[in-house]
Amino acid sequence: MRYLPLTEADRHAMLAAVGVSSVEDLFRDVPSAARRSGPVEGLPNHAGELEVERQLAAMAGRNIPAGSVPSFLGAGAYRHHVPATVDHMVQRGEFLTAYTPYQPEISQGTLQVLFEFQTQVALLTGMDVANASMYDGATACAEAVMMANRITRRKKAVLSGGLHPHYRDTTKTDAHFIGFDVVAMPAAPKGGEDLMAQVDADTACVVVQNPDVFGHVRDYTALARMCQAKGALLIVVVTEALSLGLLTPPGEMGADIVAAEGQSLGNALSFGGPYVGLFAVKEKYVRQMPGRLCGQTVDADGRRGFVLTLSTREQHIRREKATSNICTNAGLCALAFSIHLSLLGEEGFTNLARLNHAKAVQLADRLSGVKGVEVLNDAFFNEFTVTLPRDAAEVVEELAKRRILGGVPASRLFAGELPEHLILAATETNTDSDMDALTKALAEVL
Amino acid sequence: MSMNSQGRPTGTGSADSAVPDTVTGNRGLQIEEPLIFEQDSPGRCGVDLPEVPAMNLRLGSVKPRTRIGLPGLAEPQVVRHYTRLSQKNYSIDTGLYPLGSCTMKHNPRLNEKAARLAGFADVHPLQPVSTVQGALELMDALAHWLKTLTGMPAVTLAPAAGAHGEMAGMMAIRAALEHRGEAGRTRVLVPESAHGTNPATAAALGFTVDPIPATPEGRVDLDAMKAKLGPDVAGIMLTNPNTCGLFERDVRAIADAVHEAGGYFYCDGANFNAIVGRVKPADLGIDAMHINLHKTFSTPHGGGGPGSGPVVFSDALAPFVPVPYVVHDAGGFRLVEDANGSTAFGRMKAFHGQMGMFIRALAYILSHGADGLWQAAGDAVLNANYVMARLKDVMTPSFEGPCMHECLFDDRFLKGSGVTTLDLAKALIDEGFHPMTMYFPLVVHGALLIEPTETESKAGIDQFVDALRALAQRAVSGDVAYFQGAPRLTPRRRLDETAAARKPVLRWTPPAEPALAAE
Repeated sequence: MRYLPLTEADRHAMLAAVGVSSVEDLFRDVPSAARRSGPVEGLPNHAGELEVERQLAAMAGRNIPAGSVPSFLGAGAYRHHVPATVDHMVQRGEFLTAYTPYQPEISQGTLQVLFEFQTQVALLTGMDVANASMYDGATACAEAVMMANRITRRKKAVLSGGLHPHYRDTTKTDAHFIGFDVVAMPAAPKGGEDLMAQVDADTACVVVQNPDVFGHVRDYTALARMCQAKGALLIVVVTEALSLGLLTPPGEMGADIVAAEGQSLGNALSFGGPYVGLFAVKEKYVRQMPGRLCGQTVDADGRRGFVLTLSTREQHIRREKATSNICTNAGLCALAFSIHLSLLGEEGFTNLARLNHAKAVQLADRLSGVKGVEVLNDAFFNEFTVTLPRDAAEVVEELAKRRILGGVPASRLFAGELPEHLILAATETNTDSDMDALTKALAEVL
Repeated sequence: MSMNSQGRPTGTGSADSAVPDTVTGNRGLQIEEPLIFEQDSPGRCGVDLPEVPAMNLRLGSVKPRTRIGLPGLAEPQVVRHYTRLSQKNYSIDTGLYPLGSCTMKHNPRLNEKAARLAGFADVHPLQPVSTVQGALELMDALAHWLKTLTGMPAVTLAPAAGAHGEMAGMMAIRAALEHRGEAGRTRVLVPESAHGTNPATAAALGFTVDPIPATPEGRVDLDAMKAKLGPDVAGIMLTNPNTCGLFERDVRAIADAVHEAGGYFYCDGANFNAIVGRVKPADLGIDAMHINLHKTFSTPHGGGGPGSGPVVFSDALAPFVPVPYVVHDAGGFRLVEDANGSTAFGRMKAFHGQMGMFIRALAYILSHGADGLWQAAGDAVLNANYVMARLKDVMTPSFEGPCMHECLFDDRFLKGSGVTTLDLAKALIDEGFHPMTMYFPLVVHGALLIEPTETESKAGIDQFVDALRALAQRAVSGDVAYFQGAPRLTPRRRLDETAAARKPVLRWTPPAEPALAAE
């Protein structure tokens, strides 16, 4: 077995040093009824690289890569061009194969990356501070709600109907088991919901998404002010981090906590994971934050260095009194995010955001010209919702047969509701001919 | 002085070996690297984008953003920045990384290659299922291996990490209790030696954590455990092999007692690497167990994630498995994504789980096969016992008898020396090794928990052991200053963690502005 360096001679010498005659003797504390005498039956034995690669490539071959066809899917995961540099740097073994930086003297690489990542996330969201990442946007959203409960000592969360249903369900699952109340507003593809009507003296937070799952962008400044007046926090969810290059950031609108998905920068679609949750807050809430935090300090020689800090919030110190049970986060995905953003810089990031908006405007205009298609959004970033004269899931299947990934039927996210709504995204990766192909095929199948 | 034919000296220079103060602050290959924000030149950019067409923005009442504050760098500067930072990290690729309970084993590059196949990496999670049959097949194949290796009938692949898996497992237990009409069972037994995530998970879900003491042999005190059972007990969270590196001999009796009392047995599978392919956890009577794919199945730790923590379930808990999950019928593979109208307890995260980790783990599993996993677990246990045997005369093992994949020492051997566990660990860094896990588990004083894993050679382990033996002997010989000043040969020496926590600086701020002050 190519990954196992011990030779038979090594094993004999080591067993002798230990003072036993076989490896099986070392398993003697295992009850004999549970101790197997040989490898598990019914499973294949070891295989070489070539064979394994062949098997996995065959499975990969039974998928249609989004980049091989015109693709307009978003709804929480976005296909962007990732510069070659990102993946090459991420694959450096010193980043890839390191553990959580518990020994700071030999982890300054990871720690400085996290410090820079936290700064980038704070800048993007317009917030004071950010943590070193969460699992993904949905878990960040649920953790934000629980953090709001701790801060306000209240127990109710009001979720906008524009919140991604996976984020809503993740939060509701936590609510059920952890013991807080969630009022989830009905799906609001055209907006117009009255969130403040749900806010009472027991409301810890209001959760909105910008752009929302239907692509609408809104200014939440007034909502933030109204929440504040009622003693509730405003949590703003962002599933398309690139939108922060064009839109007024949640921090400037008055958000207390921002929970976002960072996949758009540096990270592949990868069928839904691993992604990277972004979590940013106002300075005064730092000590109620979940997750790892990296802070600046000095070493014994007075030189600047970085360490994990405020760990008295965390499970390995506080055990049952921790702010969260999170341990591992999304370090490598955060690194990919950070490298991509470093390459883009101020100019690249804002231009890429505008380019995405331009593509979406172009697509919306093209689709408005298709008979039976109605664009719902007046204001959007790179994603919007249309209504079709027939079932959107069926339309998407027919488009797939023509090798076009024509958007996400809302019914897939909303458990069968909104059967005629289709959510479409356009990014810098979409060409004019992609849009031609979609418009033509849509006209044919409708 | 010796010279070559061009007159270039070929000798080793003067014998003066003092480390110089350099002009740059760099030390040869150790290069000082400023923050990325300190390398800004406005207008510079590391990507070339097409011209943005003139357009009327469709942002409604939302104002377009003016300035963010991101630095501008060209591509070569970015490459150098991250290359230099990477060189300040210790990693498995660098050397032995014996962090107990973390299973820092070799990360095969085949796994990375497989995860980057366009058919996996470039697939959107909400594509029509007809276009992702291979992705679902891969999830199904991994699920099959995990169920077969554990002997358990059901699995969820959704959790994003081990701690997230614990959450899923304990939620399923809670759902099952609610289903039985016994939601009043709120007490969870957790051994004192448990990972911090266990009590944190149980407490987060509203359970009361009731600690179980350990015996002098480092195992759960069966009688004390039984005495704590009662009609309000939801279950037990037990790590096996435990965090002392020992197999819980009474595990069947523990399982039977918990079941008899109407509770469930959650097993923390962080240490599954010791027994994978040799013991099926189903045979130990468990109801749920998370498997850290980033430990046992070698997906890279990435400096702190991403992980992946699938959970296997017994028949009693299987109906409550969260969405999404893959089913296979005449029409091929499909996904169940909505929990409504079923007993599924809910959803753990967006989309379908850590697909990129599933691919890597399956590549690892297929490479090993049943016979390779058998051998890997055996070698992991042999390596740990060999380390124990070679160190037990100069350090103090906490417990008698064979260990599993990791061996535990406490600081009795340092008593009176003035050297602490931390000092010893820092001196080990100067010898070129990552230290062992320190001060965990909490059941012994000044713990040193060593897990070499199966992917270390005997020569590598011998060098590590020789270094540790020499350090242990030096510590007791009274050379305290050497240890308290360590490490000396690293990019940074000991860092002031107290100052970092007292006045947190959690982000860079431009020098012109005052530093961010706490409100």
